Amino acid sequence: MHIAEGYLPPVHAAAWGVASAPFVVHGVRALTREVRANPESTLLLGASGAFTFVLSALKLPSVTGSCSHPTGTGLGAILFRPPIMAVLGTITLLFQALLLAHGGLTTLGANVFSMAIVGPWAGYGTYLLVRRAGAPLMAAVFSGAFVADLSTYCVTSVQLALAFPDPGSGVAGSLAKFGGIFAVTQIPLAVSEGLLTVLVMRLLTQSSKGDLLRLGVLAAPKAADRREEAAA
Amino acid sequence: MSRNTKINGLLLLLVAALAVLPLALGLGDHKEEPFAGADAEAETAITEIEPDYEPWFSPLYEPPSGEIESALFALQAALGAGVLAYYFGLRRGRRQGEERAAARTEGGAPAADADKDA
Repeated sequence: MHIAEGYLPPVHAAAWGVASAPFVVHGVRALTREVRANPESTLLLGASGAFTFVLSALKLPSVTGSCSHPTGTGLGAILFRPPIMAVLGTITLLFQALLLAHGGLTTLGANVFSMAIVGPWAGYGTYLLVRRAGAPLMAAVFSGAFVADLSTYCVTSVQLALAFPDPGSGVAGSLAKFGGIFAVTQIPLAVSEGLLTVLVMRLLTQSSKGDLLRLGVLAAPKAADRREEAAA
Repeated sequence: MSRNTKINGLLLLLVAALAVLPLALGLGDHKEEPFAGADAEAETAITEIEPDYEPWFSPLYEPPSGEIESALFALQAALGAGVLAYYFGLRRGRRQGEERAAARTEGGAPAADADKDA
């Protein structure tokens, strides 16, 4: 769930817009480079964007007795790196702001920062850490997607806490309040998103091994193995 | 059913359980408006913290009713699901085509040689 239209004071809205813009511009460049260098990526890029479309349209009930939706940004961040996900996430947010009155144009900068920038980076970072620690691919994919989802809503809570500090307990008090609304609600949803991302990644390892090898998600067989294969 | 299919089915089942459990256990019963959106709750929290705050901008287009809104959300999900299904269908078809082509060249080795000469 994104920050609703008009619900960030103008200064905050503008500041988040300024903070997000360079990431999105950089992302557009990365995206054009990727499509030019590997035109066969276009299909998988479309599929990653589509995954975000589906997941951010699914409003699910949560343990707090309220509803929210996953983000679907972990998958694209793992496949194509976070800069490209910044573009795909922004497209999804624009669609929702313009057609569904969900999120908004004045809060687009803040929502892009949480869902299309921090989420993908945090998720991708977690994915890399877990993989380097030697865990299996799917454990890393689950952790990455879980963190991408949850961190998005932690940022949303911080953004609102900064804009609306509690008169008594200040920013910390507000953070507890907004965190209770967004972040706690999001925990089971982040688990769901992790599971769905693992599902899609499993399907991809069956259907698109070539793409995953090129993108470095699956490791290429080691040189020694290849020689053995050639000998056999 | 292959082991792969079973694991995929189990993953979907888990997601469904996570979505249904809060409803089945009535975790929204203590609320005035059970299972409202977290964004609407945040709007309420903002007005509690700053009672004078007025949203200074309103959406350019707002779906005129809850029905239209849910239709547009369904459209968003359908678009995404359609593209995903196209992707996986295309991949599967290509893979099967390649397998069939490979089987054919194995069966008729002379034909493959003829191709190479040409």
